[in-house]
Amino acid sequence: MASEAVGSNFQKRVIPWRTIARVALVVFFVLFLAVPLFNILVQMVTNPQLLLRQLLIGLTNGAYIALIALGYTLVYGIVELINFAHGEVYMIGAFFSLTLVGLFSLSDETPYATRIPLMLLILVLTMLATALLNAAIERFAYRRLRNAPRLAPLISAIGVSFVLQNVGLLWGYLRFPAFNGVMGSNAVAPKSYPQLIPNDNLLAPLEGVFGEAFRLRFTTKDLVVIVVSATLLIALYTFVQRTKIGKAMRATAQDRDASALMGIDVNRTITLAFLLGGALAGAAGMLVGMYNGTVVYTLGFTAGLRSFTAAVLGGIGNILGAMLGGLLIGLISALSDQYISTEWTNAVVFGILVIILVLRPNGLLGEDVQQKA
Amino acid sequence: MKRHASIAMLGVLFSGILAACGAPTGGTTAATSAPATAATSAPSTAATAAPATAATMAPSTDATAAPSAGGSGEVIKIVSSLPRTGSSKGQTDTIVNAIQQRLAEANNQVCDGQFTLEYEDMDDATAAAGKWDAAQEASNANSAAADEDVMVYIGTFNSGAAQISIPILNQAGLVMISPANTYPGLTKPGKGDEGEPEKYFPTGKPNYTRVVPADDLQGAAAANFAQSIDITKVYILDDTELYGKGIADVFEATATEIGIEVVGRDSIDGKAADYRALAAKILDAAPDMVYYGGITQNNAGQLWKDIRGEGFEGAMMGPDGIAETAFLEAAGDAAEGTYTTFGGLPGDQLEGAGAEWYASYTAEFGTVEPYTSYGYEAANVAIAAIESVCQKDRAAILDAVFATKDFEGILGTWSFDENGDTSLTAMSVSQVKGDAFEFIEVTE
Repeated sequence: MASEAVGSNFQKRVIPWRTIARVALVVFFVLFLAVPLFNILVQMVTNPQLLLRQLLIGLTNGAYIALIALGYTLVYGIVELINFAHGEVYMIGAFFSLTLVGLFSLSDETPYATRIPLMLLILVLTMLATALLNAAIERFAYRRLRNAPRLAPLISAIGVSFVLQNVGLLWGYLRFPAFNGVMGSNAVAPKSYPQLIPNDNLLAPLEGVFGEAFRLRFTTKDLVVIVVSATLLIALYTFVQRTKIGKAMRATAQDRDASALMGIDVNRTITLAFLLGGALAGAAGMLVGMYNGTVVYTLGFTAGLRSFTAAVLGGIGNILGAMLGGLLIGLISALSDQYISTEWTNAVVFGILVIILVLRPNGLLGEDVQQKA
Repeated sequence: MKRHASIAMLGVLFSGILAACGAPTGGTTAATSAPATAATSAPSTAATAAPATAATMAPSTDATAAPSAGGSGEVIKIVSSLPRTGSSKGQTDTIVNAIQQRLAEANNQVCDGQFTLEYEDMDDATAAAGKWDAAQEASNANSAAADEDVMVYIGTFNSGAAQISIPILNQAGLVMISPANTYPGLTKPGKGDEGEPEKYFPTGKPNYTRVVPADDLQGAAAANFAQSIDITKVYILDDTELYGKGIADVFEATATEIGIEVVGRDSIDGKAADYRALAAKILDAAPDMVYYGGITQNNAGQLWKDIRGEGFEGAMMGPDGIAETAFLEAAGDAAEGTYTTFGGLPGDQLEGAGAEWYASYTAEFGTVEPYTSYGYEAANVAIAAIESVCQKDRAAILDAVFATKDFEGILGTWSFDENGDTSLTAMSVSQVKGDAFEFIEVTE
């Protein structure tokens, strides 16, 4: 704290930031959260189905937010760079997979026997493509700036994100007959993603048990998003925690120079982190394309903002933190949409972020990482 | 090796910059090359030369680039400012075609060749926004105000954009004729916010007219229609824009008045990735109908998909802001059955001169969108006003436009009142069936 270093003569003039923050917190809590929280408690009793449905929506949205957030956190953990282009990689993933869907002429009428293997193939190809894209971004835009002042790669990242956003915009002009019209008739307009996963309610049989009043929904789409996200999250966590290469990644994150001395190829490890982050972003791009049914070139910006917030909330650089942050952001948004107002959702999400950062500057699960100048 | 990498990176950055600039200009050239061919029947080449230089939008270059008016007298310029980039382009293409069509019918001449008409198609949207942009609209208005040849400003398409350009053009004494703005507060005292519409006219003398009826009529017509199909509970959404929130407010007020219960009201974030939580909230409120006040470009397609995807089976309705092909494409199957209102009649329902226009337009350009005929009528009334004064004088033309009485256009016989509103009040309701809007009925 700079204020403590100043001589005691100036003590009285020091602005009590901490106290102000605490007062602001109480005001925020009373204004925004007390009433809805009370509301939620009441709803738990009076309308538990609605609350449960919103929690399920929050969980599903949280799952894919966590997937994207992991990309931010992996990269930050190792090179301490906020890869602003990550949201755009996710958007490119969505466009790439949509193009392949068009190329293979998949639709909601393709029989499952051919649809599912092709979807898996598209998923793998998309993950490969975005992994390579992300690694290429690192190679060309960040590597040479690795020892430059920290602002330089940050600006470079913003530049790359603009470039990719325009690539997404130009992608809309790829209206070749081979793509079976998936790009629509207007380059800039949102593209419709065919409904490849059915939207039927898996809980419908329960309606017979509980009768008319039962209206809870949990669709195949929701299930697929959660299952695929969870699988990828667990796979990544195991990879980083249990394998030798994962150990090398953790070592590089802790101290780059020391790990180089121990014989770890730092460049390769960093490239690997970018490859993994890119692959996750590509998977999320395809999942969300199918889940929401719309792909647009501005997709990356909003999703990137949410996911970056999730990564910070959980403690940037911490893999479990990114998952927790993603889930929390998903849940908070859904509950805020329901019990406060959709207009206020962003204010609530970022308000909570501010509170958590005031109380825990390193995020929920963040360790005390030393500040590198 | 390191140098190679940096050169490669520079290359990537430059291609990105080119891409950023390329997209909007690409749109503009496409837009201007089509009209250029459409106007080949005109004897003067000046008319086709002007749109080609229009992309620069700097008044000074236009003045030097368009001296080729030839022997046909002085130049009077008509400009339009419409969203020409993004998904509104589908609709504005047809409006620009219709304006070009009207000018071509006049052979780009007025007052027996005393003046040559030129037309400039300005874009008030940016690729980054995907819809109209306040800064771009202000820049269009300023360049039109500064260009001494400009006598009529046809625009805007979005009411929010009109709010930006009216005060600028008001101080330049330039008349505006909007083919599509429907927010009531732009013209009608007491129908919008406090201080409207006076605050838009710093000189105190209105310069803004519109050929389309305002939303105080359209919102009410929508609520009345809802009642006629036995809707008793409605959930209202808006996109927070001047236009969308305005019409949703009118709808809400009328619905309450005629006894439709409003079970919820929310504003959506037009940039959100999905609206699933909102959809669950709407379903829980169990309305018979969801009404959305807003435009397609604020994510209406996603909204429709999420509400239908959540299992909503009631009716869905929206205003003219979604009555366009772009909406059908964005919402896909979820659009089926959607009711839309429109402050006027669809092109194929016009009679007399309107039916003749419809036949000639479709023969030349293909299908019409809801606002196509209004684009034609805006150019129509502008030319009539210029013909009636035969002076290159903004004030005289402004007065002549406001003096329009019993005008026999393609929309029928109508007048402007002292606020600049049309005397037409016919509204129409359509419904999405298959891949098209199907006309249902006319309401007054």
